[in-house]
Amino acid sequence: MEKLIALLIAAPLLGAVVLLVGGRRLDRVGHWVGTLLSTASFVVGVFLFADLLGRNAEHRTLIQHLWTWIPVEGFQADVTFRLDQLSMTFVLLITGVGSLIHLYSVGYMEHDERRRRFFGYLNLFLAAMLLLVLADNYLLLYVGWEGVGLASYLLIGFWQHKPSAATAAKKAFLVNRVGDMGLSIAIMLMFTTFGSFAFGPVFGHVDGATEGKLTAIGLLLLLAACGKSAQVPLQSWLGDAMEGPTPVSALIHAATMVTAGVYLIVRSAAVFNAAPDAQLVVTVVGTVTLLFGAIVGCAKDDIKKALAGSTMSQIGYMVLAAGLGPIGYVFAIMHLVTHGFFKAGLFLGAGSVMHGMNDEVDMRKFGGLRKYMPVTFITFGLGYLAIIGFPGLSGFFSKDKIIEAAFAKGGTEGWILGGAALVGAAITAFYMTRVMLMTFFGEKRWQPDENGAEPHPHESPKVMTIPMIVLAVGSVFGGAFFSIGDRFLKWLEPVTGHSEGHSPVSAGEITIATMACLVIGVGIAWAQYGRRPVPAVAPRGSLLTRAARRDLLQDDFNHVVLVRGGEHLTRSLVYVDHTLVDGVVNGTAAGFGGLSGRLRRLQNGFARSYAVSMFGGAALLVAATLLMRAV
Amino acid sequence: MSFPLLTATAALPALGAVATAAVPAARRSAAKWLALLVSLGTLALAIVVLVRFDPGGARYQLTESHSWIRDFGVRYELGVDGIGVALIALTAVLIPFIILAGWHDADPLETGSRRWRPTQGFFALILAVEAMVLISFEATDVFVFYIFFEAMLIPMYFLIGGFGDRAHAQGEEAAATQRSYAAVKFLLYNLVGGLIMLAAVIGLYVVAGNFSLQQIAEARANGSLHMATGTERWLFLGFFFAFAVKAPLWPLHTWLPNAMQESTAPVAVLITAVVDKVGTFAMLRFCLGLFPEASRWATPVILVLALISIVYGALLAVGQRDIKRLVAYASISHFGFIVMGIFAMTSQGQSGATLYMVNHGISTAALMLVAGFLISRRGSRLIADYGGVQKVAPVLAGTFLIGGLATLSLPGLAPFVSEFLVLVGTFTRYPVIGIIATFGIVLAALYTLVLYQRTMTGPVRPEVSKMPDLRVREVLVVAPLIVLLIFLGVYPKPVTNIVNPAVKHTMSDVQKKDPKPEVEAAK
Amino acid sequence: MNPVNYLYLAALLFTIGATGVLIRRNAIVVFMCVELMLNACNLAFVTFSRLHGNLDGQVIAFFTMVVAAAEVVVGLAIIVSLFRTRHSASVDDASLMKL
Repeated sequence: MEKLIALLIAAPLLGAVVLLVGGRRLDRVGHWVGTLLSTASFVVGVFLFADLLGRNAEHRTLIQHLWTWIPVEGFQADVTFRLDQLSMTFVLLITGVGSLIHLYSVGYMEHDERRRRFFGYLNLFLAAMLLLVLADNYLLLYVGWEGVGLASYLLIGFWQHKPSAATAAKKAFLVNRVGDMGLSIAIMLMFTTFGSFAFGPVFGHVDGATEGKLTAIGLLLLLAACGKSAQVPLQSWLGDAMEGPTPVSALIHAATMVTAGVYLIVRSAAVFNAAPDAQLVVTVVGTVTLLFGAIVGCAKDDIKKALAGSTMSQIGYMVLAAGLGPIGYVFAIMHLVTHGFFKAGLFLGAGSVMHGMNDEVDMRKFGGLRKYMPVTFITFGLGYLAIIGFPGLSGFFSKDKIIEAAFAKGGTEGWILGGAALVGAAITAFYMTRVMLMTFFGEKRWQPDENGAEPHPHESPKVMTIPMIVLAVGSVFGGAFFSIGDRFLKWLEPVTGHSEGHSPVSAGEITIATMACLVIGVGIAWAQYGRRPVPAVAPRGSLLTRAARRDLLQDDFNHVVLVRGGEHLTRSLVYVDHTLVDGVVNGTAAGFGGLSGRLRRLQNGFARSYAVSMFGGAALLVAATLLMRAV
Repeated sequence: MSFPLLTATAALPALGAVATAAVPAARRSAAKWLALLVSLGTLALAIVVLVRFDPGGARYQLTESHSWIRDFGVRYELGVDGIGVALIALTAVLIPFIILAGWHDADPLETGSRRWRPTQGFFALILAVEAMVLISFEATDVFVFYIFFEAMLIPMYFLIGGFGDRAHAQGEEAAATQRSYAAVKFLLYNLVGGLIMLAAVIGLYVVAGNFSLQQIAEARANGSLHMATGTERWLFLGFFFAFAVKAPLWPLHTWLPNAMQESTAPVAVLITAVVDKVGTFAMLRFCLGLFPEASRWATPVILVLALISIVYGALLAVGQRDIKRLVAYASISHFGFIVMGIFAMTSQGQSGATLYMVNHGISTAALMLVAGFLISRRGSRLIADYGGVQKVAPVLAGTFLIGGLATLSLPGLAPFVSEFLVLVGTFTRYPVIGIIATFGIVLAALYTLVLYQRTMTGPVRPEVSKMPDLRVREVLVVAPLIVLLIFLGVYPKPVTNIVNPAVKHTMSDVQKKDPKPEVEAAK
Repeated sequence: MNPVNYLYLAALLFTIGATGVLIRRNAIVVFMCVELMLNACNLAFVTFSRLHGNLDGQVIAFFTMVVAAAEVVVGLAIIVSLFRTRHSASVDDASLMKL
């Protein structure tokens, strides 16, 4: 059975190679090849899942060793895969949602002449992401980690002829590289501490290591997670990443890749459990990001950027849960899965809207679209209800559990974290209602563009709506399915461990509080965007609104400090290299040149002056000889 | 007596160089084909060396030893260890690609130009360089090594000074001036280094009485040769200076950007990917092998210089406006990694450094040769003159991106393996230096992606709109390199198997042991 | 007669020749002064030969004569060709050989 694991990765990898190397011959069938191979991977995943279900809970870890990757004295990295409940969950999410989005892209990218390459990149992404979650050691995980970064780079910048897309792609890669630096130092630290960076040896020897080392490893892993999962302070790339085609935003920047940070933290549970300081920082980062993302999401008029803010915020919830330790790991992953459904669905809905609106993204130019796009409206609406935590839908179950766990952290921390999570829930309800109202309700606000072409909103083709419907079904029933009988908890517990916290407030009270927050959020949004018409041009807004529109000035800070500072630094270094380093050498050369310039004047070409120097020299020699003899 | 395989490996390109130079002026293409065939023959011989070499066997294998200058104890001694074999293979693999990539670089210019470009000379010089580089990797006699280490400068000087890019913004006169400046700078820097080394070589003879690497090492090991600490340090510095110029290490690096900028792309590859490797290789073989105590003594300073090279080279690469200069500074950064790995004195660091030499050779070749194809199409080296190439020449852009990704050490490609090994090897002994060096990976991403973004993406500039995509010959050059990069990235075992035993010997030379992991040590 | 007197004479002749080389411009005169110096040396050699009672000095004198003869051949050829091109026999006119 283990032998099949490699097949999970091999299928999409084959697709990527065939589609990217195959050339124009494959233009006509490329998208179906890509979709087929991604689906094949999903089928293998389901097969393995069935196999795991047939085993005892303790024997659900499959290991496949392929080959020794880097054998050096005292250092060994293997290409080994580990399939356990945690990676299985991810495999199904990645290949399942991935295949749906492949299908959607067949329709969405229909008119793009580079569709074949798009599918090649998508398959590459799947392969890398699967490698990330299946790796049995951190170095192999790192390969997947950077691999998804590369795929993300290629896909954000897919429309390379747009300078904004190219810049966004570069920015995403660079910010991620800062995080990757954390991961690579963490691996080095593991190597010096444990002599290995494979999961088994590291987690098995955590007891032997000092807490300082473990905290350092934990913080470095967190840095990596911040980069990949767009957490504060490395969150700035996610908004710009919306330059990529919408299916990419749905798959990579909502459902799968950006959640890799959460995977990393949960996977390293053993390390974090032994490093409470690191855990505290994780919860703080998660909390700050969930508020940050939510606030940014409130101010954006670009539908995709509003959703990106929301993604950031929801991942903040997951990171918060992951930072809570054993009381939160399972819920972090559960929210991750349900979020994968409803956020992918929301993005696909947004893509469908853009598809019908000539790629317009400004929500102020939408309005009243429910009449024109009924399927999109319904699926988007279900995703909306799921994300705000409408009772009975996915988000209700998963998010409530996180808020509960935050309170269960206990003490003042518990109150602060739980309170922040509640506030986040209210803001979520507000911005999502805003998106919903501005897009589908009210009067139509679209105008003819410069060329005079008025958009004719229409429903998208079946190939696009079917994935949306499937995802909507998942968003509606996923949470309930997982929670009834604690199915998800029992499934994941053997890997992540679980402990019940002691919450100072009862579960019922928390549910009431979240409901109240929900009603407040929806109510304010209704008052602002439902009752009165939405202005087509954004009002100036309060100071906070203006700051939130600019991602709370984070980019401005980066620009001033890092970009400008860096430019000055490199420019002055170029100058130094030219004048100082090279100058010293050139100066020496010039010194010798000047000296010889003086000396060459002695060569004046007059035979008689040469004769004088000859005589002078001879006289000197004779004098010296005589002098020596005299002495 | 067995067949002198190592001599043959170096002699074949040397004879090939003579034969190529002797091809009549009119038979230009015959000279090209001859050179290509000779380089392929050398590759075949190198493969035989690779096969005959037994990683588990003696330290130096396939040895040859003949008396040469009896009065000075100079012997013609050749032998290879794993590190040498790896680099011989790299050289032999790269030269055919360099020749193929430079197929038209030495063609006569269009009528009306007065400059004469001897096609035969170009290819003969490349083969001559190959011969000398190969014998430098093989020599186990310091004197023999020194001769070829220095003699390499002559063909390189003519390659840099005699053959430049076809088109130049400031016209032919200015180009010729800058080219000769670069060539002279290259020559002077390396000559100064070489002369200082010569003094040290003579000093070594005075102390040891012969030039044989093995004999001296043996005599030092069994105590029959004692070197005073001061003497050893001075001799070490003399050797190291020459290698640091060649490598090049900050602050002796400024010749490299000039030389790479002015020469044609294949020659630039020859400089960084092949010739400069002799410098880092010699650090491992001669500095550590002959002067272990002094090497340990100098380690802190050298590590700091290497660290400066890494960060400084990367920062300067970010600030460049010329594609080739950018690659040159990137290489300086990478050479910093190699030197750091060598002097970290851990198994991982040294294996990583050796692997790095091989991988850097391949990745720079891929990036630089594609850059050369790009430059030859537009006739400009300036980054600002490009934009949107991806749209008109997707294959060129794709291969350029892969070369760039290899340069930034993307996992899955070969350079990642070596860079990570070097970093880990350094980190285990010098954590702070290891961490600062890791910043290099962010900077590498910055300069590579900025280069790619400015040249390949964005709206198509009118000047590049008619740019043809890669031709068959060019694909033949790039595709195998990319395959190698990927293969060695996922399966570097063939190389590490050869290198590991040699590294073990070097580690015992310098009497250093790897630090033990904390948890294991606590048990 | 005291042989040392011959040495004085040789020194005198040499000095006259050297002064001539240094101050005269005419190539022919310079040339003759060089001959004078050579012959002064010859005289000194022969004198020393006599003083020491062996023949070494006389042998060297023969060598010097041969060299002087060869020099005359080459030197006169140079002077003649110089005069042909420059229409002057001044050594200062031939000052192109400089950096």
